[in-house]
Amino acid sequence: MAGTGTAHLRPADDALLRVEELVVEFRAAGGRTVKAVSGISFDLVPGETLGLVGESGCGKSTTGRAVLQLPRPTSGRVLFDGLELDELRGNALRAVRPRMQMVFQDPISSLNPRRKIGDIVAEGLEIAGVGDAASRRERVDEVLAAVGLDPDAARDRRPHEFSGGQCQRVSIARAVVTEPKLLICDEPVSALDVSVQAQILNLLEAMKARYELTMVFIAHDLAVVRHVSDRVAVMYLGKLCEVGVPEDLFARPAHPYTHALLAAIPVARAVPRRDDTPVLGGEIPSNTDPPSGCRFHTRCPRAQAVCADEEPQLRRIGPEQYVACHFPVAPGERLAFPGSAAPVNA
Amino acid sequence: MTAPLLAVDDVATWFETDRGLVHAVDGVSFTLERGRTLGLVGESGSGKTVLSRSAMGLLPKRGVVRRGSVRFEGTEIGAAGPRQLRRYWGEHMAMVFQDPMTSLNPVMKVGKQITESIHTHLDVSRAYAEELAVSLLAAVRVPDPERRMGEYPHQLSGGLRQRVCIAVALACGPQLLFADEPTTALDVTVQAQVLDVLEQQQRERFMALVLVTHDLGVVAGRTDDVLVMYAGQVVERAPTATLFTDMKMPYTEALLAAVPRLDAPPHSRLAAIPGRPPDLVHPPAGCRFADRCAYVQDRCRSEQPPLRPAATPGHEFRCWFPVGTPEGAAALARNRVVAG
Repeated sequence: MAGTGTAHLRPADDALLRVEELVVEFRAAGGRTVKAVSGISFDLVPGETLGLVGESGCGKSTTGRAVLQLPRPTSGRVLFDGLELDELRGNALRAVRPRMQMVFQDPISSLNPRRKIGDIVAEGLEIAGVGDAASRRERVDEVLAAVGLDPDAARDRRPHEFSGGQCQRVSIARAVVTEPKLLICDEPVSALDVSVQAQILNLLEAMKARYELTMVFIAHDLAVVRHVSDRVAVMYLGKLCEVGVPEDLFARPAHPYTHALLAAIPVARAVPRRDDTPVLGGEIPSNTDPPSGCRFHTRCPRAQAVCADEEPQLRRIGPEQYVACHFPVAPGERLAFPGSAAPVNA
Repeated sequence: MTAPLLAVDDVATWFETDRGLVHAVDGVSFTLERGRTLGLVGESGSGKTVLSRSAMGLLPKRGVVRRGSVRFEGTEIGAAGPRQLRRYWGEHMAMVFQDPMTSLNPVMKVGKQITESIHTHLDVSRAYAEELAVSLLAAVRVPDPERRMGEYPHQLSGGLRQRVCIAVALACGPQLLFADEPTTALDVTVQAQVLDVLEQQQRERFMALVLVTHDLGVVAGRTDDVLVMYAGQVVERAPTATLFTDMKMPYTEALLAAVPRLDAPPHSRLAAIPGRPPDLVHPPAGCRFADRCAYVQDRCRSEQPPLRPAATPGHEFRCWFPVGTPEGAAALARNRVVAG
């Protein structure tokens, strides 16, 4: 199956991470196959944050995990720092692991409840066999302080003694302790209250600067993604719809799906009681039997016959913007969604 | 003068724990008329869910200390037991919960879940109840409602399940609907659909709707008034437009500033609210937000500010040094000097 194109990729030598034609499929009951990710490509240059955004079931988390070979992708190449991860086995892969780390969504369940915070953070160093116990402890104290926890107070306590926000700080400390180059954050703030969410987002930005991290930031919240990303990739049903720098992508979304996502965000400010914000109708189709051609065509207001037959490839439509659509939305154009609510009691 | 549909007066709900009494809701009053939509906004632990459950009478029997009065059309129901309340639930007031999977019975067909509540409250024939259920599903925009009647909850997507929950809640035509984080578990595009359905039903049925949420974005443009809760108390109450343009409570201001905005430059530092909410076993003597507030002065720590009226009718706030006033500006300036 064709992917969604590679026009947005930069020269391979410049990239710290380059993912080509990534496919991840799972066996499902009844001999069916779940096509979670269907041939997507992306890359990250050192120091960059790529925001991977989409709704439940679009394959964004699966993509993040497949990069780390957890589990291994069905096909496609993952090039990290000059190494082809999908070809590495056993110890060779294990040797790379400290350089790529992950932060998960649920801060409490992603920490072992029986272990002390100090041990949780030190584990990666122990597995990698870094230094002796004393130097490891020094390193753990340093990162705990860096994420805003008092090492003396935190070291011997267990996760249940901390709030969600503090546990997420511990997860970040555990991730950065091995001095990774690549950090994959999977919905790191979506389980947190807004006031705490802001603390953690600020912390991630500070950690990125301090430890010179390159980051894949996976989230469903467009405002959060826009806030942290240098480049944003919008996913729908295992494919990329649109890739671009946030300034362009959010100001002039070219893919109808990006439009719909942006229109659906509730904005916290004074708005008229009754507005006609277009709402995308229907729901995401099954990924065991995805639509032909453009996977969004079943819900797209501007779909034509060609959209069901021919899969659009990512193509450049602006200096830093790429879209996979046969009929992209022009800047300033307004989209009407067929499934949108009819005027209520008008 | 007729009594308001719902009048909540000085309601307090405390829970007994090993550590002592948790002051989950501490003296909240509000009234709600038919046809109005009220947003109840707060973070985890602010008491918004406990308040709506207190108003509905959905609290555990043991381990709860309660105070205050809840009147429905003038009748006191705050002290009523489940036996009396059952007359109100469904027919007069109903609730939609956050998680549509756990609030539906997984082994009962969708149609049965709706007709069951119709039969409990109304004396109608089976055929009529089924017809009513199908029309309810159509009203909440469930595609192909006849077919869905025969399906089980696990066969539906999250958005459809939540519509079914709304249909169940609406089955007996309540005048008052509580929706507790009805879209928190859903994706943004589905969230918008479900909120539209709620809003349409509220208008068509001239119901009162209480929309409980942590998301200020959800209440904007969809409610008439908003109550902002913090640590068990109402800290600001305002007509929705006023809240966003002329907030007086520093907590409301801080909450709005902490949300990443679509129009802000990327990588700008977010105005996080430092610290955490207070321990509600031992709530502070003064203002409960004092420890995290940019405007805090000595008085805030010793003396609890009362809810007091602002210039706009229906706007009240709980602060000694409110946002956008000379006192507030002076307090902020003093703190900046101290912080250097």
